[in-house]
Amino acid sequence: MNKVFTIAISEFKRLFNSPLAWSVLAILQFILALMFLMFMEEYIAVIQPATATMQNPPGVTSIVLSPLYLWAGIIMLAVMPIMTMRLFAEERMNKTLTLLLSSPLSSTQIVLGKFIGVIFFIILIVAMMILMPLALTVGTSLDWGVILTSSLGLFLLLSSFAAAGLFISSLTSQPIIAAVSSFGLLLFLVVLYLSGSSQSNSSELFIYLSHFGHFLPFLEGVFDTSDLVYYLLFIVGFLVLAIRKLDNDRLLG
Amino acid sequence: MSNQALIQASGLNRFYGKYHAVNDFNLTLHKGEVLGLLGPNGAGKSTTMQMLTGNISPSAGEIKINGIDLLENPQQAKKSIGYLPEQPPIYRDMTSNEFLSYCAILHDIPKAKCQAVKSLAIERCGLGDVADKLIANLSKGYQQRVGIAQAILHQPQVVILDEPTVGLDPIQITEIRELIRELGKDHSVILSTHILPEVQAVCDRVQIIKQGKTVFSDSFDQLEKRQLSPVLMVGFDAVIDKAELSSLAGVIKVDELTKNRYQLTFKETPIASAVSQLSADKGWKLNELTLQNESLEQIFMNLIHNEVLPEGEG
Repeated sequence: MNKVFTIAISEFKRLFNSPLAWSVLAILQFILALMFLMFMEEYIAVIQPATATMQNPPGVTSIVLSPLYLWAGIIMLAVMPIMTMRLFAEERMNKTLTLLLSSPLSSTQIVLGKFIGVIFFIILIVAMMILMPLALTVGTSLDWGVILTSSLGLFLLLSSFAAAGLFISSLTSQPIIAAVSSFGLLLFLVVLYLSGSSQSNSSELFIYLSHFGHFLPFLEGVFDTSDLVYYLLFIVGFLVLAIRKLDNDRLLG
Repeated sequence: MSNQALIQASGLNRFYGKYHAVNDFNLTLHKGEVLGLLGPNGAGKSTTMQMLTGNISPSAGEIKINGIDLLENPQQAKKSIGYLPEQPPIYRDMTSNEFLSYCAILHDIPKAKCQAVKSLAIERCGLGDVADKLIANLSKGYQQRVGIAQAILHQPQVVILDEPTVGLDPIQITEIRELIRELGKDHSVILSTHILPEVQAVCDRVQIIKQGKTVFSDSFDQLEKRQLSPVLMVGFDAVIDKAELSSLAGVIKVDELTKNRYQLTFKETPIASAVSQLSADKGWKLNELTLQNESLEQIFMNLIHNEVLPEGEG
């Protein structure tokens, strides 16, 4: 386990050796902050006056923060593939994978190490997002339960993106191909959700298969273990595929 | 247990699709031995080394590292190996120091010993001045040294180096060869290369591979004994009669290289004087007379181009 964390920490640190992680974090924070301000303004100017006379008006958490988290999830569809594309594809391209393969490490340790490295990055993203609602605590009281489930949901969603991206990165030696393919896969799951929830042709199965179908309940503050299990299965499934792929490489590569 | 083989590989086979890259390959490496793996491009040297280090699995065969089966117990077996592939597996965005610390942990070196092990490797590979520079900013030679430092860091019993001197300048090549010879004192080394003088300079034993098969495996002296007939190069200004050259005593073969330049293959008896005498008698105006002992290159070429030699296979 010690070695898994060594790989994870080294991966995480190396992310910040290049400008990529810095610019991703900066741009992400900038866009989300703009959206946050936009939603806030709409809430203050339109929604709050309109709902002021209601018995139980919707609060700032559900009006502003839920869409913000949803948008964060959508934006990350494009960002996560870029963060995961390097994991194996770049190591293959630079022939550095040999270092890990000829060290006394199992494929499981290598895959887990790399995955946990990305998890650290995801935690950083989610933590930076929580700063925005935190800024609101100065003026109002918030529904911390919803913020907590939303953050957990976003974390799980991004982790599932990372697992899928990691597997696809293990298939190729071209980071760009890895990025494009994982973006395609993630988008495909979104399309599943859209087609599953369409008026004419709705399908429970499609909604169940799509990761966004399991993300939305978290945003409403609902913590359902079946959603949690879905994400865990999704993550474990792709990690196992990646481990199998690495093992297989020794036989066929 | 000094006579126990550190690496014992038998019956190795490897296919890439239908291509038979390594064919029934055997290799034994003893303690304190420097073994040179020779062969033309595409002979299967790198594939063999990748199999010996557990990077790829053989299609058939068995590899024992220090008595531990590499295929059944890879993690244990890999602890005794240090490997430098053709392209050094170094992260360009780290400093040599950081990189070696990372490698140390990957190789199960306890934290307390990390620093000592690292400084030893840095000192041995002459990285002292550049240890805190980014690897990306180092010259090719220094990057190669970082690769070697990585391979010897955990003081493995076997060091496997795949073409370690490629792309280095002559000074660096000499230094790296010296390092390899020094390594050979307390580690066993397998060195792959297609540069013959390199093998001559550092190896105790050579194994020559051709199309995935061993064509020669023995010590260096044995290889030199394989010398076939010596060769004499002669050139004349005048037009000469080839038949008269070949009729000289001891001459086996006469080949015309260019106009009026010939290569005489002969047996034992020195024929230089006979040739010059003949030239003087006939007025051929001898302008070149060079005796060539068969070089390692030629022995190598003979081995590669001729059929597999029955003796000395191993």
